[in-house]
Amino acid sequence: MRLLIRGGHLIDPGQELDERLDVLIVDGRVERVGKDLKPGRHGEVLDADGLIVAPGLIDIHVHLREPGQEYKESIETGTRSAAAGGFTAVACMPNTTPPNDNRSVTEHIVKEAARHGYARVYPIGAISVGQKGEQLAEIGDMVGGGVVAISDDGFPVMSPELMRRALLYAQHFDIPVIQHAEDLGLGADGVMHEGEWSTRLGLPGLPGAAEDLMVARDLRLLEETGGRYHVAHLSTARSLEMVREAKSRGLAVTCEVTPHHLLLTDREVFESGFSTHTKMKPPLRSEADREALLGGLEDGTVDAIASDHAPHHVDEKDVEFSSAPFGIVGLETTLGLCLDRLVRPGRISPYRLVELLSTGPARALGVPGGRLAPGDPADVTLFDTKRQQTVNPTRFQSKGRNTPFAGWKLRGRPVATLVDGRRVELR
Amino acid sequence: MNATSWVRRDLLGIADLSAAEIELILDTAESFREVSERPIKKVPTLRGRTVLNLFFEASTRTRSSFEIAEKRLSADSVNFSASTSGLKKGESLIDTALNLQAMSPDLIVIRHAHPGVPHMLAERVEAGVINAGDGAHEHPTQALLDAFTIRQHKGGFEGLKVSIIGDIEHSRVVRSNILLLTKMGAEVTVAGPRTMMPVDVESLGVRAVYSLEEALRGTDVVMMLRVQLERQAKMNFPSVREYFELFGLTRARLKAAKRDVILMHPGPMNRGVEIASDVAEGKYSVILEQVANGVAVRMAVLYLLSGVHQEVG
Amino acid sequence: MTAEIQRKRKILDSKQLSRVIRRMAVELLEKESEAKDLMLVGIRTRGVPLAEALAAEILRMEEVEVPVGVLDITLYRDDLSTIAPQPVVKETHFPTTLSDRALVLCDDVLYTGRTIRAAMDALIDFGRPRAIRLAVLVDRGHRELPIHADVVGRTIETRENEVIDVHFAETDGENEVLLLEKLGE
Repeated sequence: MRLLIRGGHLIDPGQELDERLDVLIVDGRVERVGKDLKPGRHGEVLDADGLIVAPGLIDIHVHLREPGQEYKESIETGTRSAAAGGFTAVACMPNTTPPNDNRSVTEHIVKEAARHGYARVYPIGAISVGQKGEQLAEIGDMVGGGVVAISDDGFPVMSPELMRRALLYAQHFDIPVIQHAEDLGLGADGVMHEGEWSTRLGLPGLPGAAEDLMVARDLRLLEETGGRYHVAHLSTARSLEMVREAKSRGLAVTCEVTPHHLLLTDREVFESGFSTHTKMKPPLRSEADREALLGGLEDGTVDAIASDHAPHHVDEKDVEFSSAPFGIVGLETTLGLCLDRLVRPGRISPYRLVELLSTGPARALGVPGGRLAPGDPADVTLFDTKRQQTVNPTRFQSKGRNTPFAGWKLRGRPVATLVDGRRVELR
Repeated sequence: MNATSWVRRDLLGIADLSAAEIELILDTAESFREVSERPIKKVPTLRGRTVLNLFFEASTRTRSSFEIAEKRLSADSVNFSASTSGLKKGESLIDTALNLQAMSPDLIVIRHAHPGVPHMLAERVEAGVINAGDGAHEHPTQALLDAFTIRQHKGGFEGLKVSIIGDIEHSRVVRSNILLLTKMGAEVTVAGPRTMMPVDVESLGVRAVYSLEEALRGTDVVMMLRVQLERQAKMNFPSVREYFELFGLTRARLKAAKRDVILMHPGPMNRGVEIASDVAEGKYSVILEQVANGVAVRMAVLYLLSGVHQEVG
Repeated sequence: MTAEIQRKRKILDSKQLSRVIRRMAVELLEKESEAKDLMLVGIRTRGVPLAEALAAEILRMEEVEVPVGVLDITLYRDDLSTIAPQPVVKETHFPTTLSDRALVLCDDVLYTGRTIRAAMDALIDFGRPRAIRLAVLVDRGHRELPIHADVVGRTIETRENEVIDVHFAETDGENEVLLLEKLGE
């Protein structure tokens, strides 16, 4: 099977390409990249004139909720949502019911993902049994089943001893340890960022220091242990600064930020009139934090943009602010938001965006992708930087409708995704 | 400004109000105070209107004050409290709201432990919603009655020095008072232990100090806050004895204030914790006037809101 | 909602108005033999200057100081709605108790009678007067309730689309009575 993606503008940070180039795909793999390629006999042509052609986007932080919470999302709807949002691969967190803390759950996820196949699914295994923070899970066994990283996300690894052991043990398999960096001993009853707006609204605060303490502790441990450490949904200026400094010292640390932390601040809780769609962890931070994160995109400190796609049932979110669960969906808004609010105003280049959504995530997690060189699997995302869209949660492929971006008019949207050279069709 | 500019259906917080709207409420309350002095303390103004008092948190004072205000306006009051409401049976707030809406009340007075609940309710019911306290967020009618009392004694607010002392972090009374008093041109100082001071409090346009003496010096109005004793367990202060030592108001300490200072407290008081008994009952105290004014202010709010009715947007 | 109003004609000028009020005071005294237990109660807004003017006349003629009360009937109105902003409530004030007094309600214009109904309800909430009388400057007809005035300054035939506008120096800068015609809603 031959497919020629013709006339598009190829952005491939994996090969440092950023120009008008055709991509020829044969049997699910990239055959050639070049100018004026011919599809060959019986070859199909995908006209990409006016579009950006990029290595498939990878969201390394999503919650697919399966097994156990299929009323919120399933592997099928979650991967449909990914494909609709321009993602060819997602990495799913282990806080399911039961959690992905053993090979049988990992295999279930891999099997379900293969069956539905709207996007690749990379399972992330739990660090501890039951995500309880006490005993190491059977990490090696899970890696055998397909796990690409470990994390207790949903919860932080509170015990320094456990984190030290995880960092040491994960080195046997060369996988990163992903931390939900939050010291639960500080601001435990918080529901929004601690600052002017929590003070105005009378809501208990989640101090930025709770994140910083955890990042500082883990980076200190990493100095002792070696290994790879990844900060999930990094949200504060200080944590970013610590990661920047650690990188300069050569520590193997990476980090991701979310679109909502890049675009919204704690003021949004007030502006939205206590909307529970402004409640997530980490919380929307201050304007100074937001500015710092944008700086981290620009200077390369941030490795990836990840959505932290966290679907909840509408009934769960339709309650008092303090009682609502944390989290918002993001798979179907991330690319549009980044194009409209980061690329269009010139904060980052399209090239840097592809790096943050594809090449960077692939490297941080150590998974294939992020590059369209001959021989690579042909996972491709095509997007249009000019086409308008209005965020309409009722038309999401995801079961989750919980987004603070409803009604936003965005310029730029995905047009097609290809996994293994085949165009993903959402019926 | 006159009543024709009153276009609000809900009173959710002082944050929404303009200085002119606050003046209008206070002026209207002035007229209603006279009603409470009549031999027959009742006018037929809200005859045939239904007011639901929805209290998800225990409250004797505020609820009685609203009830008296409603009865003096001839409204039909229906009371729901946490123990009788569906919420205890696991009904969601939304379902409760929809059920209440089905009874087509004209106004709903709501007290809830969580900030933002009145806002949520207001979005879903056609009735006007009055926030009677939502968590540590706002308590607008308390701030209005405090302002009413201050205006009675001081004539106005411009340049007036008001010191609010105690647990600033967990007080809805403080937030509403800060918003109101700064809008009206008063200079507000907040004081209390650093462990009970919310972060960035100065962004609200107030001065924060950490000693009682400094807060009292030269002030026109002293507002003491109730210290919740359970805060001790949450590491906010070590002991009642030490709290009183540092921030308890005594007659001797009050001397630092202006000679014509007035002393306020939203109640209920903890005598010997934040305030000494002799000061609470002393000549500077206007605490009981606050209670009386509460009825007039709530009558004014009920009256003004009952004229505006909108479709749910 | 705003009706365009066109001025029509002046019914009474300042001089005529004083004469009418003087005659009303005389008539009032004829009907109430005991001036000393009288109290004049002006209905806000323009009943108040009328009551004060009548009190001044009585003082001049009889050398009796008749107390004047002020009544705001907003809270007793039967036309408060949920669709319009509420009118401003002003204070009600009486110099003495009402019990056993002969009260004379004073208002500028008597029309449907609903204002007077509300005023009587209000007065009764304040005490038990010996009697309530009614004095109006202009009776323009179109009653909707069984109410009539004891003392009338002027009776004027009007149509529904006409308005009687009474001006007093205290409230409007001038003493006069106008008949206006409302044109188009």
